[in-house]
Amino acid sequence: MRNLFRFIQRYHFFFLFLVFGTVAMALTASYQSDHRAFFIHSANAVSGKIYQAFDDVTAYLSLKQVNRQLLNDNTRLLNRQRENFVITDTDVFISADSIFQRRFSYMHARVINNSVTRRDNYLTLNKGLNHGVAPDMGVIAANGVVGIVRNVSANFSVAMSVLHSDMLVSVKIKKNDHIGSLHWEGNNYREAHMTYIPPHVELAMGDTIVTSGYSVVFPENILIGTIKDWEIRRGETFFTATIDLALDLNKISYAYIVKNLMQDEQKELELSVTSDI
Amino acid sequence: MLRMNWRFVFLFAGLVLVQVLILNNMMLGGYANPQLYILFVLILPVNVPGWLLLASSFVLGLILDAFSDSMAIHAAATVFMAFCRPAMIRFVTGNTVMQGQEVPSFSVFGGFSLILYALALILLHHAVLFFLEIFHFAEFVQTLSRIVISAGLTLVFTIIGFALLERSFSN
Repeated sequence: MRNLFRFIQRYHFFFLFLVFGTVAMALTASYQSDHRAFFIHSANAVSGKIYQAFDDVTAYLSLKQVNRQLLNDNTRLLNRQRENFVITDTDVFISADSIFQRRFSYMHARVINNSVTRRDNYLTLNKGLNHGVAPDMGVIAANGVVGIVRNVSANFSVAMSVLHSDMLVSVKIKKNDHIGSLHWEGNNYREAHMTYIPPHVELAMGDTIVTSGYSVVFPENILIGTIKDWEIRRGETFFTATIDLALDLNKISYAYIVKNLMQDEQKELELSVTSDI
Repeated sequence: MLRMNWRFVFLFAGLVLVQVLILNNMMLGGYANPQLYILFVLILPVNVPGWLLLASSFVLGLILDAFSDSMAIHAAATVFMAFCRPAMIRFVTGNTVMQGQEVPSFSVFGGFSLILYALALILLHHAVLFFLEIFHFAEFVQTLSRIVISAGLTLVFTIIGFALLERSFSN
């Protein structure tokens, strides 16, 4: 026994390294298995507060740009108001209220931390449980998809960015409704790739890509970007298109959190089908 | 040595803030971040006790992880780097017997040895960090290029850090 103690004491540096290294690896592995139970994230009280305080200062630097962006958003929304349109043929279409059941609701949030340089990027938003944010809600901006909420604390939430290796967004080509899925392959944060486009589909440079509405997270027809280039990769039978993202994720300061009011219903229904088989 | 040395406490806090508030928002060359915070591990006195070296590296890494939502990969990389530090010091100083109170610096190690010491540990740290980040060995070449570019950036920042701290940290 004495010898054992002496052995440990002599090599305590190595043993300590093993202990710390194992703890770090175990923590990392536990995130992979259940990211919601993971407790080291920037939505916690201390880091959230520090980011908020820093953001309060630096927000002034981008006020001009943010104002212009908000002005653009407002103009676009004003243009969509029903008062802008004259209904010429009232006899044809009568709407009962129950037809227009609300499916998506939006709330705005400020982006208080963001990254685009890593392989897996996240954003911290200043809305949390207290404001009704829950995991798996979508995050969008005026001109593009931003990410999906993962961790939530009382006042903050952390969203997995589109620039993340686990992120897949169901998208479609606006002109012909062919669907595919969008993912980011790293490197350039202004470009993503759309895969599984059947080879008979006619593509053109500048074709607009929007969300398909098939996911339970994002509404349909949110702008993603435009096709820049496409190819059939070696060993594959589908087109892979390079997409210029419309949204510059490095410049984002406000975002909208999307709540799908029928998310649980749709998920449950879809799950019940697969579990029946 | 065990008496509380406030200079290192301030350096610790300062490096964390500079890293998460400024450097993590910097984008150089598209996808590379300088990781200046490891300067803390590099600049601890030569005779710092092993347990203190490893424990402070672990805590430093874990704080960085909490700020950047990166699981515990900064902690793992920083602990690994701290583990390699004593051997690296013996290597670059050629087993020169030191009094031990010294802080690694230009005047104690000499310019070439200091840069070699910093670069080797930075590369080890970044290799662990970036491979843990993607968690598999796909995209190998791409990850390798990220390691090299980021390590170069970190080295530049670290050397500037050493130069700025040279006077206030020499005993």
